[in-house]
Amino acid sequence: MKDTIGSTNEAISHEATPVPREQSTGQRTIVLRVRERLGDFIAQGTAAGALIVVFIFLSFASPVFLTSNNLINIIEQNTVTAVIALGMTFVIITAGIDLSVGSTAAMTGVLGVELVAHGWNWPQALLVAVLAGGVVGLGNGLLISFARLNPFITTLGMMTVVRGLTDVYTNAVVVVGPSSVLGPDNFGVIGLGKIAGIPVALMILVVLSVLAYFLLSHTRLGRYTYAIGSNQEAARLSGIPVRKYLLAVYVILGLLTGLAGMIAVSRLGIGEPNFGIGLELDVIAATVIGGASLFGGQGTIIGTLLGVFLIGLIRDGSVLLDINDFMQNVIIGVVIWLAVLWDQFRRRRISSLSS
Amino acid sequence: MAATEQMPLVQLVNISKQFPGVLAVDTVSLDIFPGEVHVVAGENGAGKSTLMKLLSQVERPSAGKVLLNGQEVAFVNPQHAQRLGIAMVYQEFALAPHLTVAQNIVLGRESTRFGRIDKRAEVEQARRLLQQVGLKIDPGRIVSTLSVAEQQMVEIAKALDIEAKLVIMDEPTATLTDQEIAHLFSVIRGLTVQGIAVFYISHRLDEIFQIADRVTVMRDGKVVATLPRSDLDQQKLIRLMVGRDIHNLYPKPASEFGSVMLRVEGISRRGILHQCSFEVRAGEILGFAGLIGSGRTELARAVFGADPIDAGSIWLEGKRLSINSPVDAIAAGIGYLTEDRKRDGLAMTLDIAQNITLANLPTVASWIDLRKEERIALRARDRLKIRTPSVHRKVAVLSGGNQQKVIVARWLETQARVLFFDEPSRGIDVNAKSELFELIGTLASEGRAIVLISSYLPELINMCDRLIVLHEGRITGELQRGEFTEERIMTLATGITEGVML
Repeated sequence: MKDTIGSTNEAISHEATPVPREQSTGQRTIVLRVRERLGDFIAQGTAAGALIVVFIFLSFASPVFLTSNNLINIIEQNTVTAVIALGMTFVIITAGIDLSVGSTAAMTGVLGVELVAHGWNWPQALLVAVLAGGVVGLGNGLLISFARLNPFITTLGMMTVVRGLTDVYTNAVVVVGPSSVLGPDNFGVIGLGKIAGIPVALMILVVLSVLAYFLLSHTRLGRYTYAIGSNQEAARLSGIPVRKYLLAVYVILGLLTGLAGMIAVSRLGIGEPNFGIGLELDVIAATVIGGASLFGGQGTIIGTLLGVFLIGLIRDGSVLLDINDFMQNVIIGVVIWLAVLWDQFRRRRISSLSS
Repeated sequence: MAATEQMPLVQLVNISKQFPGVLAVDTVSLDIFPGEVHVVAGENGAGKSTLMKLLSQVERPSAGKVLLNGQEVAFVNPQHAQRLGIAMVYQEFALAPHLTVAQNIVLGRESTRFGRIDKRAEVEQARRLLQQVGLKIDPGRIVSTLSVAEQQMVEIAKALDIEAKLVIMDEPTATLTDQEIAHLFSVIRGLTVQGIAVFYISHRLDEIFQIADRVTVMRDGKVVATLPRSDLDQQKLIRLMVGRDIHNLYPKPASEFGSVMLRVEGISRRGILHQCSFEVRAGEILGFAGLIGSGRTELARAVFGADPIDAGSIWLEGKRLSINSPVDAIAAGIGYLTEDRKRDGLAMTLDIAQNITLANLPTVASWIDLRKEERIALRARDRLKIRTPSVHRKVAVLSGGNQQKVIVARWLETQARVLFFDEPSRGIDVNAKSELFELIGTLASEGRAIVLISSYLPELINMCDRLIVLHEGRITGELQRGEFTEERIMTLATGITEGVML
């Protein structure tokens, strides 16, 4: 019956209530495109603006800031957060949340080191650690999509369970492996090494970000992620297998968290069972600062990365300017408030425009 | 009822409301007298609701003033308006669902003794007020267990509790059955006898003539006319609302039926549906009539796989289908437009194109073909006359009628041959309504089987070729076009003729 859907432009001309038509159908300008996606642009623009302001401020305030060592350091220090935040963006867009990522990163790191200590080579250990993260994500996803538990409660439980199991296994003591494998010349390259002067961690992050970007904006999975977060019932009634996609999203986050746990190991050289306490909050904060809405349906990869590095710059700057550690947290808390306040402000503006 | 000699209770003088980019209310002057029902009519987007929000101080005017008994009032907040005696009964109810009826009625004005809430006084007061609005329910009931009509009565009781002099009702009948509407109207008349003035927002023509003393018609934020009811007839009112003549609200093309498209046999769902069977032919428009809660929506949802069924079979063009979820129904060629498009139809944060392709994404190996998506959306926009300069706008900024067309477009993209329309005209203005019904007629004449569910009998009577009537989950009767009368339908819908209840 497709043939019945004919294209008739003249049908529009005798409408009763004329609408302002800025552009004719064929020639839509960039200006119009920008205006349609204004919401996203404003969110990203604000995060980018804040990032630039902080960057310029720190360049003047600290002589050390603009050195390549420091800049590379910022990137390397925030890679773990950023990798997890890529996955968290998917989860938050579905109106979900995952509080278990800090514990999972610690668990997968410990697991990887243990495997190396038992004579595995690092690629094998890395693979198993990533898959272990995926298993945790699968657990979260099953409880959330099939047992229909609330994501907050589910992952709060998972956070405690995974941390507990890690502590039981390690007795809360650091695990170590042979430095011949985990040292800076071998596995350490991932977190600390450079190829042609470019940090390997940065390369990994760029590749994953590009993948995540395309996944989110150009594939079925990405579109359904937005649709589920925007209106889960509408998605279901449109024939989207909601549970399957929810499950996939939590598994993706789990896999990325497993990888992040191993990147941390590569930087630290050890398996630290206490790693990542509070990491989930930085990750969620970065995602929200980047324009994702905890109510779902909104968020972008670019925004999330901007959020990660805004927090990263603030932390780095605080160290350089000798600001008290605890004060850093106060500053970041205030930034989160500002981000959410700004988000609400623009949302109200948009909704008042539409009424 | 309006005593024209006395002073108006409330006067709005040259009041305007500017939203960014839109002048929603444009220098409007209006007045209302004690004991008067003043209907504010107009299409969606005409500025009626915004005007009332200015009056109830939810919004602040950009210009102009409001006089109460000749005194200019200050704009503070909705609580201030309540204290002045202006109460609003919202379109979407503003009750706390987990509190009791009594707690809701006195909410914000609890009487306390030494800081303790006086529960007995609260319940007594509630009982007295419920009696006034003719609602025989226990004040201790939790609000979420009440029907929509009952909740509305609780809202009105709340207005009585603050001794409102002016009650504003924003499309109060949108989700009510005819009996409930009749009850509402008798309560409204009870209010006016007490000297309470009622602003009544509506675009339902028949009820405007039933309830109004005076009618103000708004269009594009301006008042087009304010007239006593006796100076108006249906054609004139439509002309004022739309700005042109609409000769036929329900353009129904002559039907030509093909073979049986959809056959449903013995669908049952414990406690909800009992042995429901029906069939629809290609090109036919079948109506589901019945009171709210009679199982009309539930039957559609069951066929569509949205809810599980305990028994029954579904056949499409003679082939038995196995439908366990909407996925199966869509694959077979069945589409369902939900009764509440905001709640379970649209993805509000997605754009128009993305909403149109939601049920049938154009992909190549999981990758979305964005160009094709845009082509599909533009074609749908032109065919269904979706009024938007761009298909990449958020669907949230569209009017109700255009949002409904987006959902129709979505189902056309799935190549659905059977389409269920559940209350498609809800929240849509007169103009968009006749367009929508024209479209439904066209879809049928192109050989689709259409099922139309509506609470509004004139819609069913004019649009359908055949009606089935439901009552408490059972099909109580079937009527052919030509046999339709409101009386016959209501008789079947109530099961038997007795039992006039709220």
